[in-house]
Amino acid sequence: MIETALTFAFGCFGLAMLMNLWKIITAEGVGDRVLALDTMVINSIAILVLMGISEGTEIFFEATMIIAMLGFVSTVAYARFMLRGNIIE
Amino acid sequence: MAQIADYLTAVFLVIGGFFGVVGSFGLIKLGDSMSRLHAPTKATTLGVGGVLITSLLHSYAIEGYLSVHELMITLFLFLTAPITALFIAKAHIHRHREDYDLPETGDDTCWAVLEKEEVVAEPLSDSLEDMKPTE
Repeated sequence: MIETALTFAFGCFGLAMLMNLWKIITAEGVGDRVLALDTMVINSIAILVLMGISEGTEIFFEATMIIAMLGFVSTVAYARFMLRGNIIE
Repeated sequence: MAQIADYLTAVFLVIGGFFGVVGSFGLIKLGDSMSRLHAPTKATTLGVGGVLITSLLHSYAIEGYLSVHELMITLFLFLTAPITALFIAKAHIHRHREDYDLPETGDDTCWAVLEKEEVVAEPLSDSLEDMKPTE
């Protein structure tokens, strides 16, 4: 039961990451591209948590926290770069 | 009890995967850049929340210990997703303020991050060439 649902969720998030990749390639503006990168980071967080469930270990949670923080900081830096042209004035 | 936890885990996994796909499909399906902002920041966050609830249930009911890392990740994601959306929307509004492809606000005021005089009300006359920034 859980294995089937895990396979379904892995497939769903893999498909979501493929759609994000397609959006990164074919986006018209830089804002959409940054948004697709941010969505890709959140989907990779979900895939790491799913790997932690399927392996039965806790070792992925630190990596998940680090990826979440790095994704947030990098998205804010990208948005500031779009707005101002530099990051640290 | 273990059977109920099994079913609940599977249901939350399916809900999380479905909302993850909905978020990314909305990202490539929606037509406008401002409405495209809705799908990843709401539906994908909900999908990741479903996966984290699954991990919490799985570690408590099946593995037999209570893990609070998921609560930290959930709190962090649910705090940072609106901030990210706000930053990207603000950058988009400021980059498109001369164009006319910003959506209507539904009111007689303009977007809150723009000053009133920043919005070019009508296309300026023939002196646009003189307004190029000089390096």
